[in-house]
Amino acid sequence: MFENFDLQKAIFGRLTLESLPFHEPILIVTFIGVMIGAVAVLGAITYFKLWGYLWHEWFTSVDHKRIGAMYIILGVIMLLRGFADAIMMRAQQAIAFNGNEGYLPANHFDQIFTAHGVIMIFFVAMPLVTGLMNFVVPLQIGARDVAFPFLNNFSFWMTVAGAMLVMASLFVGEFARTGWLAYPPLSNYAYSPDAGVDYYIWSLQVAGVGTLLSGVNLIATIVKMRCPGMTLMRMPVFTWTALCTNILIVAAFPVLTGVLALLSLDRYVGTNFFTNDFGGNPMMYVNLIWIWGHPEVYILVLPVFGVFSEVTATFSGKKLFGYTSMVYATVVITILSYLVWLHHFFTMGSGASVNSFFGITTMIISIPTGAKMFNWLFTMYRGRIRFELPMMWTMAFMLTFVIGGMTGVLLAVPPADFVLHNSLFLIAHFHNVIIGGVVFGCFAGIAYWFPKVTGFKLDPFWGKMSFWFWVSGFYVAFMPLYVLGLMGVTRRLRVFDDPSLQIYFVVAAFGAVLIAIGIGSFLMQIYVSIKNREQLRDVTGDPWNGRTLEWSTSSPPPVYNFAFTPVVHGLDAWWEMKEHGYKRPLEGFKPIHMPRNTGAGIILAGISAVTAFALIWYIWWLAVVGFIALVATAIGHTFNYNRSFNIPREQIVDAERERTQFLQSAGA
Amino acid sequence: MGREQALKHFRLFALLPLLALLGGCNAIVLNPAGDVAIQQRDLVIISTVLMLLIIIPVMALTVWFGWHFRESNAEARYEPNWAHSTHLELIIWSAPLLIIICLGAVTWMATHMLDPYRPISRTAPGQPVTAATKPLKVEVVALDWKWLFIYPEQGIATVNEMAAPVGRPIDFKISSSSVMNAFYVPALAGMIYAMPGMQTQLHAVINKPGTFKGFSANYSGDGFSKMYFDFVAVDDAGFDKWVADAKASNGGALGRTEYLDLERPSEAVPVKKFATVDPQLFHLILNMCVQPGKMCIHEMAAIDAKGGLGLAGIDNVQSIAYDKFARRGSSPLATKLYVASVCTKAAPMGMDQEAAQVTPVSSTPLVGAGLPLPGMFNKTFAPKPSNS
Repeated sequence: MFENFDLQKAIFGRLTLESLPFHEPILIVTFIGVMIGAVAVLGAITYFKLWGYLWHEWFTSVDHKRIGAMYIILGVIMLLRGFADAIMMRAQQAIAFNGNEGYLPANHFDQIFTAHGVIMIFFVAMPLVTGLMNFVVPLQIGARDVAFPFLNNFSFWMTVAGAMLVMASLFVGEFARTGWLAYPPLSNYAYSPDAGVDYYIWSLQVAGVGTLLSGVNLIATIVKMRCPGMTLMRMPVFTWTALCTNILIVAAFPVLTGVLALLSLDRYVGTNFFTNDFGGNPMMYVNLIWIWGHPEVYILVLPVFGVFSEVTATFSGKKLFGYTSMVYATVVITILSYLVWLHHFFTMGSGASVNSFFGITTMIISIPTGAKMFNWLFTMYRGRIRFELPMMWTMAFMLTFVIGGMTGVLLAVPPADFVLHNSLFLIAHFHNVIIGGVVFGCFAGIAYWFPKVTGFKLDPFWGKMSFWFWVSGFYVAFMPLYVLGLMGVTRRLRVFDDPSLQIYFVVAAFGAVLIAIGIGSFLMQIYVSIKNREQLRDVTGDPWNGRTLEWSTSSPPPVYNFAFTPVVHGLDAWWEMKEHGYKRPLEGFKPIHMPRNTGAGIILAGISAVTAFALIWYIWWLAVVGFIALVATAIGHTFNYNRSFNIPREQIVDAERERTQFLQSAGA
Repeated sequence: MGREQALKHFRLFALLPLLALLGGCNAIVLNPAGDVAIQQRDLVIISTVLMLLIIIPVMALTVWFGWHFRESNAEARYEPNWAHSTHLELIIWSAPLLIIICLGAVTWMATHMLDPYRPISRTAPGQPVTAATKPLKVEVVALDWKWLFIYPEQGIATVNEMAAPVGRPIDFKISSSSVMNAFYVPALAGMIYAMPGMQTQLHAVINKPGTFKGFSANYSGDGFSKMYFDFVAVDDAGFDKWVADAKASNGGALGRTEYLDLERPSEAVPVKKFATVDPQLFHLILNMCVQPGKMCIHEMAAIDAKGGLGLAGIDNVQSIAYDKFARRGSSPLATKLYVASVCTKAAPMGMDQEAAQVTPVSSTPLVGAGLPLPGMFNKTFAPKPSNS
């Protein structure tokens, strides 16, 4: 093809036509499907002339509400990819018995389980919780935006860039075949010389920049931008959990960045941090990655604990029981989450005293978690519970999460872990807490705040369909895995030799199908809700009789959130305002100073993605060009002084007058 | 004894619902054949029961509160401002705390009692291990993707099958040739990782005769799914016969050269027995210097402990083309370098010339079994199905 082989290498690095997976029929079909979908979407955008609208109103937006919504859209899109991986694994494991090799070769299967874990954690769960925090936190604390609006936009696009790299690995080269934490030596050059682990490293590094900066941003927002009167102990619990989560992010993500940087040094320049030879120590990697990895679990689950607190109080029509102990429980979990990482590898032979220490600290975390559970319980007690969709998810969470918590504490007992570690029992456990906790929580949060984001409620019928299929699907899919774990079946197996196991895998695969219907119903719910948006319209801005400040403004909120900065006199600020007959001010509006949209974030993230792609494929010239362009663009952006503008008074008067009419139409 | 009695009571009490749940499937973790695994099983059950003490009430209260305080139930009390109760707060913090104190105490004791590095103190309830009892020594090496068992006292080695006499303590020393694996025989005892350049230990005993499944419990690459072996528990006479069979087999000797051939990636390898084994082999594997001419980790560590080779050491290196890491490819911007020569008491003029000139076993690149790799390597390497 190329006569001068060296020239080809200089231009394309190790990228060759053979890097494209023409030999994988499954990928070809997927690729064609994705291309048809992409052409349809892009064509539709072009046909309806939406490019300008999307660029000006969304892609370059620094409005925390729009960025929050985009995070959630990203999470939902990536959920479809991550779930496709899940159902492929379930199908493979359901048929690969009695000498049947199934339909996935090891090369492909191993990529799928790695990609499933990476995508679900980094590009589904993280964007969903970050999206909720981004949207809700400034509204809850009575702020007009986050502390650093441009940084927020940049963070989001860096996350997208990381996700794009993972998606690119599907069709250009391959993804890592190492498991989602890429333990060396397997992930080191000697055993994974291909581009897969490099895709893993660079997608996480690029997305990690976004996550870290978004953590910095939200901490600064919560610490510095609360409205007058909102002391720390008057913050809504969701804001508290968001604060603790972002502290965890800022403390934990640099460790991930560091450990992946060391791994890339090993892979690129032949250092020996994590080799088994030459004084390297792979267990150091395992320690470091879990020092990030365990807090990560709480980064995901703390915000949804916040969601459940808001939902339980709102739908029980009652103050949250034990607000103070809820806050302290959150803080204690935040601190303790750094003292438990070793429980992920009791079986590496750390010695009895070390193992017991980490086992017992892990159990101690269950005390504040248990206290939270009781607090939700006693919030329901003497309440008047409305079983709307968010509350249904909360109930399902409470019943499901305690089972996952119990098996988690069981795994924290080192001798018990010795027989259950790396088994399907472990898989069942962490899906139990992540689906039963994080996923249910995100669905509760989406259903709860959807009217605030869009101005109309979600369709309840399809929501209930989604709920029942998800919940029953979860149990059908994962309870058999608990049993399989007790039968001594380990994780990440592609084929099985014991035919008596097959029935359990078939049941689990059926459960995955139920979950698929649940996801389909969720998409249907969005579609039907958009179609029927006029019937579902929320004109009051407070569809659930809410308690916190986000419900005091219109749905969707104006770009400036609050025409006047609220003043808070107690906990549950909006509830108190309603109790005391709050009257919305109708005059005295002043121009509002707001940040201006900028394309710098998406451009920087795009350059980052190209640079990372060049590093993955050893296209050194492009990497150098990309890096220089990155620095130059970043410096160039600092000379952009046109960063803010004033919303004129007339515009605010018009917007608020419209709101008044809406409210009157609701009251009439 | 008191504790064991208590365990028995717990066991009977707790097994009923669990058995119902498991519906007669072969849950080996709950029904193991080795004393260590039995104690671990008991701990699983005790912990579960302890936690159910709080989980069941919470689940019941959730359903009850959810039902009773539903909006349509006008008879339920509604107190929108009731949000604090010191008594309740005390209970909700102290109830989990008490459970965790109990569980923590159990954990501390059991973790020490069942530490895999600690020689077992009993072979079955009421049968203490005396000083006269000699444990069976087994050296385990996880290879890509099969298991090597070296019996140093018997002087034999086997692949993908091991045997042990019932009732005799077994002292495992475990390592790996390439990547991390986990050595796990659910019927015998909990797992422990097998890691290259590192040695882990496991002490266990098997109490019932039979053939049990052992496997790797940590994903280790393409051939991982078929990386299992048979653990054969037999009586003393049966074990002697098994050893004699291995010695009489035509498997030949397992020396350094044979090992380097054996460790090449291969899948679903049938059982293989070696009549003799190089007594130094496990030590060499552990120190990653089975390849002749390569410095062992412990030598390298000893040099480093004395301050290294100094500035002169920087140039005193060479790349070894036939080493397995070199054969797996090296980083794009550097090659792996080995110390070329060191003067020792045994070899005052530098590296043992004979060792340095041993013909490399093979210089074919070592990549996954039968799997094409895109990009750097375009060749397909055929799997080596077996070594027999």
